[in-house]
Amino acid sequence: MSPTAAPDMLIPDVEDVVADAKRRYGVPPPQDQTMVINMGPQHPSTHGVLRLVLEIDGESVVSLAPDIGYLHTGIEKTCEAKFYQQVVPLTDRIDYLCPMTNNLAYCLAVEKLLGLEIPERAQYLRVLLNELTRIQSHLVWLGTHAMDIGALTVFLYCFREREEILRIFENVSGQRMMTSYFRVGGLALEPPLDFYKQVEHFLKIMPDRITQYEDLLTGNPIWINRIKGVGYLSAADAIALGVTGPPLRASGVDWDLRRDMPYSGYEKFQFKVPISNDCDVWARYVIRMEEMRESVKICRQALNGMPASGPITADAPKIILPEREKMKTQMEALIHHFKIVTEGFPVPAGEVYQAVESPRGEMGYYVVSDGTAKPYRVHMRNPSFATLQALETMCKGRLLADVVAVIGSIDIVLGETDR
Amino acid sequence: MYDPSSAVTGTQAVFAAHAENVAVKALASLATDAKFDRKELTVTVARENIVAACQAVQQAGYNFLEDVTAVDWYPSEPRFQITYHILSMTLKERIRLAVRLDGEDAALESITSVWPSANFYEREVFDLFGVRFGGHPNLTRIMMPTDWNGHPLRKDYPVEGYR
Repeated sequence: MSPTAAPDMLIPDVEDVVADAKRRYGVPPPQDQTMVINMGPQHPSTHGVLRLVLEIDGESVVSLAPDIGYLHTGIEKTCEAKFYQQVVPLTDRIDYLCPMTNNLAYCLAVEKLLGLEIPERAQYLRVLLNELTRIQSHLVWLGTHAMDIGALTVFLYCFREREEILRIFENVSGQRMMTSYFRVGGLALEPPLDFYKQVEHFLKIMPDRITQYEDLLTGNPIWINRIKGVGYLSAADAIALGVTGPPLRASGVDWDLRRDMPYSGYEKFQFKVPISNDCDVWARYVIRMEEMRESVKICRQALNGMPASGPITADAPKIILPEREKMKTQMEALIHHFKIVTEGFPVPAGEVYQAVESPRGEMGYYVVSDGTAKPYRVHMRNPSFATLQALETMCKGRLLADVVAVIGSIDIVLGETDR
Repeated sequence: MYDPSSAVTGTQAVFAAHAENVAVKALASLATDAKFDRKELTVTVARENIVAACQAVQQAGYNFLEDVTAVDWYPSEPRFQITYHILSMTLKERIRLAVRLDGEDAALESITSVWPSANFYEREVFDLFGVRFGGHPNLTRIMMPTDWNGHPLRKDYPVEGYR
Protein backbone atom coordinates (compact mmCIF):
# COMPACT_ATOMS: atom_id res chain seq x y z
CA MET A 1 0.00 0.00 0.00
CA SER A 2 1.39 3.40 -0.92
CA PRO A 3 1.71 5.84 1.98
CA THR A 4 -0.84 8.24 0.47
CA ALA A 5 -3.66 5.69 0.20
CA ALA A 6 -6.27 5.78 2.97
CA PRO A 7 -6.36 2.77 5.30
CA ASP A 8 -9.32 0.47 4.69
CA MET A 9 -10.88 1.16 8.06
CA LEU A 10 -11.50 4.82 7.16
CA ILE A 11 -13.71 4.00 4.20
CA PRO A 12 -17.16 3.16 5.58
CA ASP A 13 -19.40 0.65 3.96
CA VAL A 14 -21.94 2.31 1.67
CA GLU A 15 -24.85 0.36 3.13
CA ASP A 16 -23.87 1.41 6.64
CA VAL A 17 -23.85 5.07 5.60
CA VAL A 18 -27.31 4.80 4.08
CA ALA A 19 -28.73 2.92 7.07
CA ASP A 20 -27.20 5.45 9.46
CA ALA A 21 -28.55 8.41 7.51
CA LYS A 22 -32.03 6.92 7.41
CA ARG A 23 -32.06 6.21 11.13
CA ARG A 24 -30.78 9.63 12.12
CA TYR A 25 -32.83 11.82 9.85
CA GLY A 26 -36.06 9.89 9.89
CA VAL A 27 -36.02 9.14 6.15
CA PRO A 28 -38.63 6.46 5.51
CA PRO A 29 -37.38 3.11 4.17
CA PRO A 30 -36.79 3.38 0.41
CA GLN A 31 -39.39 1.98 -1.94
CA ASP A 32 -38.28 -0.37 -4.67
CA GLN A 33 -36.90 2.29 -6.94
CA THR A 34 -35.83 5.07 -4.56
CA MET A 35 -32.36 5.89 -3.47
CA VAL A 36 -30.94 7.92 -0.58
CA ILE A 37 -28.22 10.38 -1.52
CA ASN A 38 -26.19 12.88 0.37
CA MET A 39 -25.80 16.49 -0.77
CA GLY A 40 -23.25 18.62 1.05
CA PRO A 41 -21.88 19.74 3.44
CA GLN A 42 -19.11 20.40 0.90
CA HIS A 43 -21.26 21.41 -2.02
CA PRO A 44 -20.98 24.79 -3.74
CA SER A 45 -24.71 25.34 -4.15
CA THR A 46 -25.54 24.80 -0.48
CA HIS A 47 -24.04 28.24 0.31
CA GLY A 48 -21.89 27.03 3.15
CA VAL A 49 -22.04 23.81 5.06
CA LEU A 50 -25.62 22.68 4.71
CA ARG A 51 -26.04 18.94 4.38
CA LEU A 52 -29.17 17.47 2.84
CA VAL A 53 -30.14 13.82 2.98
CA LEU A 54 -32.36 13.29 -0.04
CA GLU A 55 -34.46 10.34 -1.00
CA ILE A 56 -34.91 10.41 -4.77
CA ASP A 57 -36.98 8.43 -7.21
CA GLY A 58 -35.08 8.79 -10.47
CA GLU A 59 -34.64 12.54 -10.69
CA SER A 60 -37.50 13.60 -8.42
CA VAL A 61 -37.29 14.27 -4.71
CA VAL A 62 -39.40 11.98 -2.49
CA SER A 63 -38.24 13.31 0.85
CA LEU A 64 -35.56 15.62 2.15
CA ALA A 65 -34.00 16.18 5.56
CA PRO A 66 -31.60 19.05 6.31
CA ASP A 67 -28.70 18.34 8.65
CA ILE A 68 -27.21 21.45 10.23
CA GLY A 69 -24.80 22.27 13.04
CA TYR A 70 -21.50 22.11 11.16
CA LEU A 71 -20.86 25.77 11.95
CA HIS A 72 -22.15 25.68 15.52
CA THR A 73 -19.70 27.69 17.57
CA GLY A 74 -21.75 28.25 20.72
CA ILE A 75 -22.09 32.01 20.26
CA GLU A 76 -25.08 32.12 22.65
CA LYS A 77 -22.96 30.49 25.36
CA THR A 78 -20.03 32.82 24.67
CA CYS A 79 -22.30 35.87 25.04
CA GLU A 80 -23.03 34.86 28.65
CA ALA A 81 -19.35 35.31 29.52
CA LYS A 82 -18.95 38.77 27.96
CA PHE A 83 -19.89 42.28 29.05
CA TYR A 84 -22.86 43.75 27.21
CA GLN A 85 -20.65 45.89 24.97
CA GLN A 86 -18.35 42.95 24.18
CA VAL A 87 -21.19 41.00 22.59
CA VAL A 88 -21.46 43.42 19.63
CA PRO A 89 -18.46 41.95 17.70
CA LEU A 90 -19.89 38.45 18.20
CA THR A 91 -23.16 39.44 16.56
CA ASP A 92 -21.31 40.36 13.33
CA ARG A 93 -20.18 36.81 12.96
CA ILE A 94 -23.63 35.26 13.13
CA ASP A 95 -24.89 36.48 9.81
CA TYR A 96 -21.73 37.58 8.08
CA LEU A 97 -23.61 39.03 5.10
CA CYS A 98 -25.50 41.60 7.17
CA PRO A 99 -23.31 42.58 10.12
CA MET A 100 -25.00 45.94 10.62
CA THR A 101 -28.44 44.37 10.94
CA ASN A 102 -27.19 42.06 13.68
CA ASN A 103 -25.49 44.93 15.48
CA LEU A 104 -28.70 46.93 15.28
CA ALA A 105 -30.93 44.16 16.61
CA TYR A 106 -28.66 43.48 19.56
CA CYS A 107 -28.10 47.15 20.39
CA LEU A 108 -31.84 47.88 20.22
CA ALA A 109 -32.54 44.98 22.57
CA VAL A 110 -30.02 46.18 25.17
CA GLU A 111 -31.19 49.78 24.74
CA LYS A 112 -34.72 48.60 25.45
CA LEU A 113 -33.51 46.88 28.62
CA LEU A 114 -31.74 50.09 29.66
CA GLY A 115 -34.50 52.43 28.48
CA LEU A 116 -32.06 54.55 26.45
CA GLU A 117 -33.17 57.26 24.02
CA ILE A 118 -31.08 57.31 20.84
CA PRO A 119 -30.49 60.70 19.16
CA GLU A 120 -32.14 61.25 15.81
CA ARG A 121 -28.92 61.58 13.86
CA ALA A 122 -27.68 58.20 15.08
CA GLN A 123 -31.02 56.66 14.13
CA TYR A 124 -30.78 58.05 10.60
CA LEU A 125 -27.22 56.77 10.22
CA ARG A 126 -28.30 53.36 11.50
CA VAL A 127 -31.14 53.20 8.99
CA LEU A 128 -28.86 54.36 6.17
CA LEU A 129 -26.22 51.74 6.94
CA ASN A 130 -28.83 49.04 7.41
CA GLU A 131 -30.30 49.67 3.99
CA LEU A 132 -26.82 49.63 2.42
CA THR A 133 -26.32 46.30 4.18
CA ARG A 134 -29.57 45.03 2.71
CA ILE A 135 -28.44 45.97 -0.82
CA GLN A 136 -25.05 44.37 -0.20
CA SER A 137 -26.60 41.15 1.08
CA HIS A 138 -29.08 40.99 -1.79
CA LEU A 139 -26.19 41.47 -4.24
CA VAL A 140 -24.39 38.46 -2.83
CA TRP A 141 -27.65 36.51 -2.99
CA LEU A 142 -28.26 37.52 -6.62
CA GLY A 143 -24.73 36.73 -7.72
CA THR A 144 -24.54 33.31 -6.07
CA HIS A 145 -28.14 32.34 -6.89
CA ALA A 146 -27.61 33.16 -10.57
CA MET A 147 -24.29 31.32 -10.51
CA ASP A 148 -25.96 28.19 -9.08
CA ILE A 149 -28.34 28.24 -12.00
CA GLY A 150 -25.59 28.79 -14.55
CA ALA A 151 -25.57 32.54 -15.19
CA LEU A 152 -21.97 33.25 -14.28
CA THR A 153 -21.73 36.81 -15.58
CA VAL A 154 -24.16 38.30 -13.06
CA PHE A 155 -21.87 37.32 -10.21
CA LEU A 156 -19.10 39.62 -11.41
CA TYR A 157 -21.44 42.57 -11.88
CA CYS A 158 -22.98 42.10 -8.42
CA PHE A 159 -19.64 41.90 -6.69
CA ARG A 160 -18.51 45.07 -8.47
CA GLU A 161 -21.27 47.05 -6.72
CA ARG A 162 -20.85 45.15 -3.49
CA GLU A 163 -17.25 46.29 -3.44
CA GLU A 164 -18.46 49.90 -3.48
CA ILE A 165 -20.59 49.25 -0.40
CA LEU A 166 -17.77 47.44 1.36
CA ARG A 167 -15.56 50.48 0.70
CA ILE A 168 -18.19 52.67 2.34
CA PHE A 169 -18.24 50.30 5.33
CA GLU A 170 -14.47 50.35 5.54
CA ASN A 171 -14.48 54.11 5.44
CA VAL A 172 -17.07 54.45 8.17
CA SER A 173 -16.04 51.65 10.53
CA GLY A 174 -12.55 50.58 9.51
CA GLN A 175 -13.74 47.11 8.53
CA ARG A 176 -15.14 45.75 5.30
CA MET A 177 -17.26 42.94 6.68
CA MET A 178 -17.16 42.55 10.48
CA THR A 179 -18.03 46.18 11.04
CA SER A 180 -19.11 46.30 14.73
CA TYR A 181 -19.96 49.93 14.10
CA PHE A 182 -23.04 50.24 16.29
CA ARG A 183 -22.70 50.53 20.02
CA VAL A 184 -25.16 50.17 22.84
CA GLY A 185 -26.42 53.75 23.01
CA GLY A 186 -25.40 54.96 19.57
CA LEU A 187 -22.51 54.65 17.13
CA ALA A 188 -18.81 54.02 17.61
CA LEU A 189 -17.43 56.93 15.63
CA GLU A 190 -18.41 60.05 13.78
CA PRO A 191 -18.60 59.12 10.05
CA PRO A 192 -15.67 60.54 8.05
CA LEU A 193 -16.04 63.66 5.93
CA ASP A 194 -16.26 62.02 2.52
CA PHE A 195 -18.76 59.38 3.72
CA TYR A 196 -21.85 61.26 2.53
CA LYS A 197 -20.26 62.00 -0.82
CA GLN A 198 -19.39 58.33 -1.24
CA VAL A 199 -22.96 57.25 -0.42
CA GLU A 200 -24.33 59.94 -2.72
CA HIS A 201 -22.23 58.60 -5.58
CA PHE A 202 -23.33 55.04 -4.90
CA LEU A 203 -27.02 55.97 -4.79
CA LYS A 204 -26.62 57.75 -8.11
CA ILE A 205 -25.23 54.74 -9.96
CA MET A 206 -27.16 51.95 -8.23
CA PRO A 207 -30.63 52.19 -9.90
CA ASP A 208 -29.05 51.81 -13.35
CA ARG A 209 -26.99 48.88 -12.16
CA ILE A 210 -30.09 47.07 -10.88
CA THR A 211 -31.59 47.55 -14.34
CA GLN A 212 -28.40 46.02 -15.80
CA TYR A 213 -28.80 42.87 -13.69
CA GLU A 214 -32.41 42.62 -14.72
CA ASP A 215 -31.44 42.97 -18.38
CA LEU A 216 -29.14 39.99 -17.93
CA LEU A 217 -31.72 37.79 -16.20
CA THR A 218 -35.37 38.79 -16.42
CA GLY A 219 -35.83 38.09 -20.12
CA ASN A 220 -33.41 35.17 -20.25
CA PRO A 221 -35.34 32.02 -21.27
CA ILE A 222 -33.01 29.67 -19.35
CA TRP A 223 -33.40 31.74 -16.19
CA ILE A 224 -37.19 31.83 -16.59
CA ASN A 225 -37.47 28.09 -17.22
CA ARG A 226 -35.29 27.22 -14.28
CA ILE A 227 -37.14 29.31 -11.68
CA LYS A 228 -40.72 29.99 -12.79
CA GLY A 229 -43.20 27.73 -11.01
CA VAL A 230 -40.42 26.08 -9.00
CA GLY A 231 -40.45 25.80 -5.20
CA TYR A 232 -44.12 26.51 -4.58
CA LEU A 233 -44.90 27.60 -1.02
CA SER A 234 -48.43 28.66 -0.13
CA ALA A 235 -49.11 31.51 2.29
CA ALA A 236 -50.61 29.15 4.89
CA ASP A 237 -47.58 26.85 4.71
CA ALA A 238 -45.19 29.78 4.93
CA ILE A 239 -46.81 31.01 8.15
CA ALA A 240 -47.09 27.52 9.63
CA LEU A 241 -43.42 26.78 8.91
CA GLY A 242 -42.05 30.03 10.29
CA VAL A 243 -40.93 31.59 6.99
CA THR A 244 -40.20 35.34 7.11
CA GLY A 245 -38.77 38.01 4.88
CA PRO A 246 -38.78 37.94 1.07
CA PRO A 247 -39.97 34.28 0.82
CA LEU A 248 -42.98 35.16 3.01
CA ARG A 249 -43.81 38.23 0.94
CA ALA A 250 -43.37 36.18 -2.24
CA SER A 251 -46.14 33.94 -0.87
CA GLY A 252 -48.49 36.90 -0.72
CA VAL A 253 -48.28 37.78 2.98
CA ASP A 254 -48.03 41.53 3.40
CA TRP A 255 -45.66 41.73 6.37
CA ASP A 256 -42.55 43.78 6.86
CA LEU A 257 -41.30 44.63 10.35
CA ARG A 258 -39.83 47.91 9.13
CA ARG A 259 -43.29 49.15 8.23
CA ASP A 260 -45.52 47.17 10.60
CA MET A 261 -43.57 47.29 13.85
CA PRO A 262 -41.13 50.15 13.18
CA TYR A 263 -37.85 50.42 15.07
CA SER A 264 -34.95 52.87 14.96
CA GLY A 265 -37.09 55.58 13.34
CA TYR A 266 -38.32 53.59 10.31
CA GLU A 267 -41.76 55.14 10.79
CA LYS A 268 -40.33 58.38 9.30
CA PHE A 269 -39.53 56.75 5.95
CA GLN A 270 -41.80 56.15 2.99
CA PHE A 271 -41.26 52.95 1.08
CA LYS A 272 -43.22 50.23 -0.66
CA VAL A 273 -43.24 46.63 0.51
CA PRO A 274 -43.18 44.47 -2.63
CA ILE A 275 -45.65 41.57 -2.57
CA SER A 276 -46.26 38.74 -5.01
CA ASN A 277 -48.79 35.96 -5.14
CA ASP A 278 -46.75 33.64 -7.35
CA CYS A 279 -45.24 31.77 -4.36
CA ASP A 280 -42.29 30.48 -6.41
CA VAL A 281 -38.56 31.09 -6.86
CA TRP A 282 -39.34 33.64 -9.58
CA ALA A 283 -41.46 35.68 -7.16
CA ARG A 284 -38.65 35.69 -4.59
CA TYR A 285 -36.27 36.94 -7.29
CA VAL A 286 -38.62 39.74 -8.34
CA ILE A 287 -39.25 40.79 -4.74
CA ARG A 288 -35.59 41.01 -3.81
CA MET A 289 -34.86 43.09 -6.92
CA GLU A 290 -37.70 45.45 -5.97
CA GLU A 291 -36.44 45.58 -2.38
CA MET A 292 -33.04 46.78 -3.58
CA ARG A 293 -34.74 49.65 -5.42
CA GLU A 294 -36.76 50.51 -2.31
CA SER A 295 -33.61 50.38 -0.19
CA VAL A 296 -31.97 52.91 -2.50
CA LYS A 297 -35.00 55.18 -1.94
CA ILE A 298 -34.75 54.77 1.85
CA CYS A 299 -31.03 55.59 1.73
CA ARG A 300 -31.82 58.71 -0.29
CA GLN A 301 -34.46 59.79 2.28
CA ALA A 302 -32.02 59.11 5.10
CA LEU A 303 -29.36 61.28 3.45
CA ASN A 304 -31.81 64.11 2.78
CA GLY A 305 -33.50 63.99 6.18
CA MET A 306 -30.36 63.56 8.26
CA PRO A 307 -29.90 66.31 10.87
CA ALA A 308 -26.82 68.34 9.93
CA SER A 309 -25.38 68.16 13.40
CA GLY A 310 -26.09 66.59 16.73
CA PRO A 311 -24.77 63.82 18.91
CA ILE A 312 -24.38 60.25 17.66
CA THR A 313 -24.60 58.71 21.11
CA ALA A 314 -27.19 58.89 23.86
CA ASP A 315 -26.58 61.04 26.88
CA ALA A 316 -25.53 58.29 29.29
CA PRO A 317 -21.93 58.73 30.50
CA LYS A 318 -22.01 55.51 32.53
CA ILE A 319 -22.82 53.39 29.47
CA ILE A 320 -21.11 55.09 26.55
CA LEU A 321 -17.36 55.55 26.38
CA PRO A 322 -16.36 59.23 26.63
CA GLU A 323 -14.68 61.09 23.80
CA ARG A 324 -10.92 60.87 23.71
CA GLU A 325 -10.49 64.58 24.20
CA LYS A 326 -12.67 64.64 27.34
CA MET A 327 -10.73 61.76 28.82
CA LYS A 328 -7.60 63.87 28.70
CA THR A 329 -9.15 66.93 30.28
CA GLN A 330 -11.88 65.71 32.63
CA MET A 331 -11.35 63.46 35.63
CA GLU A 332 -14.93 62.16 35.56
CA ALA A 333 -14.70 61.06 31.95
CA LEU A 334 -11.53 59.13 32.73
CA ILE A 335 -13.24 57.39 35.66
CA HIS A 336 -16.25 56.45 33.53
CA HIS A 337 -13.97 55.10 30.84
CA PHE A 338 -12.06 53.00 33.34
CA LYS A 339 -15.25 51.65 34.92
CA ILE A 340 -16.93 50.75 31.62
CA VAL A 341 -13.86 49.01 30.24
CA THR A 342 -13.00 47.05 33.38
CA GLU A 343 -16.41 46.35 34.92
CA GLY A 344 -18.91 46.92 32.14
CA PHE A 345 -22.21 48.59 32.97
CA PRO A 346 -25.04 46.96 34.94
CA VAL A 347 -28.32 46.49 33.11
CA PRO A 348 -31.63 46.42 35.06
CA ALA A 349 -33.05 42.91 35.38
CA GLY A 350 -35.69 41.85 32.87
CA GLU A 351 -36.19 40.26 29.50
CA VAL A 352 -36.82 41.76 26.06
CA TYR A 353 -37.34 40.53 22.54
CA GLN A 354 -36.34 42.85 19.71
CA ALA A 355 -37.00 41.86 16.12
CA VAL A 356 -35.70 43.64 13.02
CA GLU A 357 -36.19 42.96 9.34
CA SER A 358 -32.91 41.52 8.13
CA PRO A 359 -32.34 40.84 4.40
CA ARG A 360 -33.41 37.25 5.08
CA GLY A 361 -36.40 37.90 7.31
CA GLU A 362 -37.11 38.37 10.96
CA MET A 363 -33.97 38.58 13.03
CA GLY A 364 -34.89 38.63 16.71
CA TYR A 365 -32.74 39.03 19.79
CA TYR A 366 -34.05 37.77 23.12
CA VAL A 367 -31.88 39.19 25.89
CA VAL A 368 -32.37 38.30 29.55
CA SER A 369 -30.65 40.36 32.21
CA ASP A 370 -30.19 39.46 35.88
CA GLY A 371 -29.06 42.95 36.83
CA THR A 372 -25.32 42.40 36.34
CA ALA A 373 -22.92 43.65 33.66
CA LYS A 374 -23.07 40.42 31.66
CA PRO A 375 -26.16 39.15 29.85
CA TYR A 376 -27.75 36.17 31.59
CA ARG A 377 -28.96 34.80 28.29
CA VAL A 378 -28.81 35.96 24.68
CA HIS A 379 -30.84 34.08 22.11
CA MET A 380 -30.99 34.86 18.42
CA ARG A 381 -34.04 34.03 16.38
CA ASN A 382 -32.61 33.60 12.93
CA PRO A 383 -34.55 33.74 9.69
CA SER A 384 -32.46 31.11 7.84
CA PHE A 385 -32.89 28.57 10.62
CA ALA A 386 -36.67 28.88 10.50
CA THR A 387 -36.96 29.08 6.71
CA LEU A 388 -34.95 25.88 6.33
CA GLN A 389 -37.94 23.97 7.70
CA ALA A 390 -39.93 24.90 4.61
CA LEU A 391 -37.33 23.41 2.26
CA GLU A 392 -38.94 19.99 2.13
CA THR A 393 -42.38 21.44 1.34
CA MET A 394 -40.88 23.47 -1.50
CA CYS A 395 -38.82 20.62 -3.00
CA LYS A 396 -41.08 17.56 -2.60
CA GLY A 397 -42.02 16.00 -5.92
CA ARG A 398 -39.76 18.34 -7.86
CA LEU A 399 -36.54 17.57 -9.71
CA LEU A 400 -33.23 17.28 -7.94
CA ALA A 401 -31.90 20.25 -9.94
CA ASP A 402 -34.73 22.39 -8.54
CA VAL A 403 -33.41 21.84 -5.02
CA VAL A 404 -30.43 24.00 -5.97
CA ALA A 405 -32.71 26.77 -7.24
CA VAL A 406 -34.85 26.61 -4.08
CA ILE A 407 -31.87 26.75 -1.71
CA GLY A 408 -30.67 29.82 -3.59
CA SER A 409 -34.11 31.43 -3.36
CA ILE A 410 -34.32 31.21 0.45
CA ASP A 411 -30.93 32.94 0.62
CA ILE A 412 -29.58 30.76 3.38
CA VAL A 413 -26.62 31.78 5.52
CA LEU A 414 -25.31 28.86 7.51
CA GLY A 415 -23.46 31.05 9.96
CA GLU A 416 -26.73 32.30 11.38
CA THR A 417 -28.48 28.94 11.09
CA ASP A 418 -25.92 27.21 13.28
CA ARG A 419 -24.68 30.15 15.37
CA MET B 1 -33.51 55.46 31.64
CA TYR B 2 -35.56 52.45 32.56
CA ASP B 3 -37.70 52.84 35.65
CA PRO B 4 -38.28 49.50 37.44
CA SER B 5 -41.49 50.83 38.98
CA SER B 6 -43.04 51.06 35.49
CA ALA B 7 -43.33 47.26 35.36
CA VAL B 8 -46.72 45.76 36.20
CA THR B 9 -46.53 42.30 37.75
CA GLY B 10 -49.11 39.79 38.91
CA THR B 11 -51.94 38.23 36.94
CA GLN B 12 -54.69 40.42 38.34
CA ALA B 13 -52.88 43.73 37.97
CA VAL B 14 -51.81 43.01 34.38
CA PHE B 15 -55.16 41.61 33.34
CA ALA B 16 -56.96 44.60 34.84
CA ALA B 17 -54.63 47.07 33.08
CA HIS B 18 -54.92 45.28 29.71
CA ALA B 19 -58.49 44.00 29.85
CA GLU B 20 -59.03 44.88 26.16
CA ASN B 21 -56.03 42.89 24.91
CA VAL B 22 -57.30 39.87 22.97
CA ALA B 23 -54.49 37.63 24.22
CA VAL B 24 -55.34 38.56 27.80
CA LYS B 25 -58.98 37.67 27.14
CA ALA B 26 -58.01 34.36 25.54
CA LEU B 27 -55.70 33.38 28.40
CA ALA B 28 -57.88 34.53 31.29
CA SER B 29 -58.50 31.03 32.61
CA LEU B 30 -55.01 29.61 31.90
CA ALA B 31 -52.60 32.22 33.25
CA THR B 32 -50.74 31.56 36.48
CA ASP B 33 -48.63 34.70 36.38
CA ALA B 34 -48.27 37.75 34.16
CA LYS B 35 -45.97 40.70 33.66
CA PHE B 36 -46.06 43.87 31.59
CA ASP B 37 -42.58 45.26 31.41
CA ARG B 38 -40.85 47.49 28.81
CA LYS B 39 -44.07 47.39 26.75
CA GLU B 40 -43.87 43.60 26.45
CA LEU B 41 -46.54 41.29 27.76
CA THR B 42 -45.49 38.01 29.35
CA VAL B 43 -48.02 35.41 30.47
CA THR B 44 -46.92 32.35 32.40
CA VAL B 45 -49.00 29.20 32.07
CA ALA B 46 -48.80 25.81 33.74
CA ARG B 47 -46.85 23.10 31.97
CA GLU B 48 -49.89 20.95 31.16
CA ASN B 49 -51.71 23.95 29.62
CA ILE B 50 -49.15 25.07 27.06
CA VAL B 51 -50.81 23.44 24.05
CA ALA B 52 -54.22 24.79 25.14
CA ALA B 53 -52.71 28.25 25.65
CA CYS B 54 -51.11 28.21 22.18
CA GLN B 55 -54.40 27.13 20.62
CA ALA B 56 -56.22 29.89 22.51
CA VAL B 57 -53.89 32.68 21.34
CA GLN B 58 -53.87 31.26 17.81
CA GLN B 59 -57.65 31.48 17.71
CA ALA B 60 -57.44 35.00 19.11
CA GLY B 61 -55.45 36.07 16.01
CA TYR B 62 -51.86 35.45 17.04
CA ASN B 63 -51.00 33.55 13.89
CA PHE B 64 -47.21 33.39 13.76
CA LEU B 65 -44.82 31.55 16.08
CA GLU B 66 -41.59 33.52 16.06
CA ASP B 67 -39.43 31.68 18.47
CA VAL B 68 -39.18 29.03 21.15
CA THR B 69 -36.25 29.15 23.52
CA ALA B 70 -35.29 28.53 27.13
CA VAL B 71 -33.54 30.19 30.06
CA ASP B 72 -31.77 28.17 32.73
CA TRP B 73 -32.20 29.75 36.19
CA TYR B 74 -29.90 27.24 37.89
CA PRO B 75 -29.56 26.75 40.87
CA SER B 76 -33.01 28.17 41.72
CA GLU B 77 -36.13 26.06 41.15
CA PRO B 78 -38.21 25.79 39.02
CA ARG B 79 -35.08 25.79 36.97
CA PHE B 80 -36.08 26.12 33.32
CA GLN B 81 -38.13 28.83 31.72
CA ILE B 82 -39.39 27.90 28.26
CA THR B 83 -40.25 31.06 26.33
CA TYR B 84 -42.54 31.30 23.32
CA HIS B 85 -42.76 34.49 21.26
CA ILE B 86 -45.96 34.68 19.27
CA LEU B 87 -46.86 37.42 16.82
CA SER B 88 -50.15 38.66 15.48
CA MET B 89 -49.77 40.01 11.96
CA THR B 90 -53.23 41.58 11.99
CA LEU B 91 -53.02 43.23 15.43
CA LYS B 92 -49.28 44.00 15.04
CA GLU B 93 -48.69 42.81 18.56
CA ARG B 94 -46.50 40.25 20.20
CA ILE B 95 -47.02 38.10 23.26
CA ARG B 96 -44.55 36.06 25.26
CA LEU B 97 -45.75 32.81 26.82
CA ALA B 98 -43.60 31.26 29.52
CA VAL B 99 -43.59 27.87 31.23
CA ARG B 100 -41.51 27.10 34.29
CA LEU B 101 -40.12 23.57 34.67
CA ASP B 102 -38.35 21.77 37.49
CA GLY B 103 -34.83 20.54 36.77
CA GLU B 104 -35.77 17.03 37.93
CA ASP B 105 -38.52 16.56 35.40
CA ALA B 106 -37.77 18.91 32.51
CA ALA B 107 -40.42 17.83 30.03
CA LEU B 108 -43.53 19.33 28.46
CA GLU B 109 -45.85 18.85 25.49
CA SER B 110 -44.63 19.80 22.04
CA ILE B 111 -46.59 22.54 20.25
CA THR B 112 -45.78 21.19 16.78
CA SER B 113 -49.46 20.25 16.45
CA VAL B 114 -50.35 23.97 16.66
CA TRP B 115 -47.40 25.42 14.72
CA PRO B 116 -45.27 22.96 12.70
CA SER B 117 -42.45 25.55 12.79
CA ALA B 118 -41.87 24.67 16.45
CA ASN B 119 -40.12 21.53 15.20
CA PHE B 120 -36.61 22.99 14.84
CA TYR B 121 -36.93 25.38 17.77
CA GLU B 122 -37.89 22.58 20.14
CA ARG B 123 -35.10 20.37 18.84
CA GLU B 124 -32.69 23.19 19.57
CA VAL B 125 -34.00 23.57 23.13
CA PHE B 126 -33.76 19.82 23.60
CA ASP B 127 -30.22 19.76 22.25
CA LEU B 128 -28.83 22.71 24.19
CA PHE B 129 -30.88 22.51 27.42
CA GLY B 130 -31.96 18.88 27.67
CA VAL B 131 -35.66 19.71 27.94
CA ARG B 132 -37.82 16.96 26.43
CA PHE B 133 -40.91 17.65 24.33
CA GLY B 134 -43.61 14.97 24.35
CA GLY B 135 -45.22 14.26 20.99
CA HIS B 136 -42.42 15.83 18.97
CA PRO B 137 -42.04 14.14 15.55
CA ASN B 138 -38.24 13.89 15.61
CA LEU B 139 -36.65 14.90 18.91
CA THR B 140 -32.96 14.53 18.08
CA ARG B 141 -29.94 16.77 18.47
CA ILE B 142 -29.75 19.54 15.88
CA MET B 143 -26.66 21.65 16.64
CA MET B 144 -24.33 19.31 18.52
CA PRO B 145 -23.04 15.97 17.19
CA THR B 146 -25.39 13.06 17.97
CA ASP B 147 -22.90 11.45 20.37
CA TRP B 148 -22.32 14.63 22.38
CA ASN B 149 -22.32 14.40 26.16
CA GLY B 150 -24.40 16.99 28.04
CA HIS B 151 -26.39 20.08 27.12
CA PRO B 152 -24.12 23.11 26.59
CA LEU B 153 -26.46 26.01 27.40
CA ARG B 154 -27.22 24.72 30.89
CA LYS B 155 -25.59 26.94 33.46
CA ASP B 156 -23.93 23.97 35.20
CA TYR B 157 -22.35 22.72 31.97
CA PRO B 158 -18.54 22.86 32.26
CA VAL B 159 -17.44 25.33 29.61
CA GLU B 160 -14.28 23.36 28.88
CA GLY B 161 -16.20 20.09 28.52
CA TYR B 162 -16.41 17.02 30.75
CA ARG B 163 -13.11 15.44 31.70
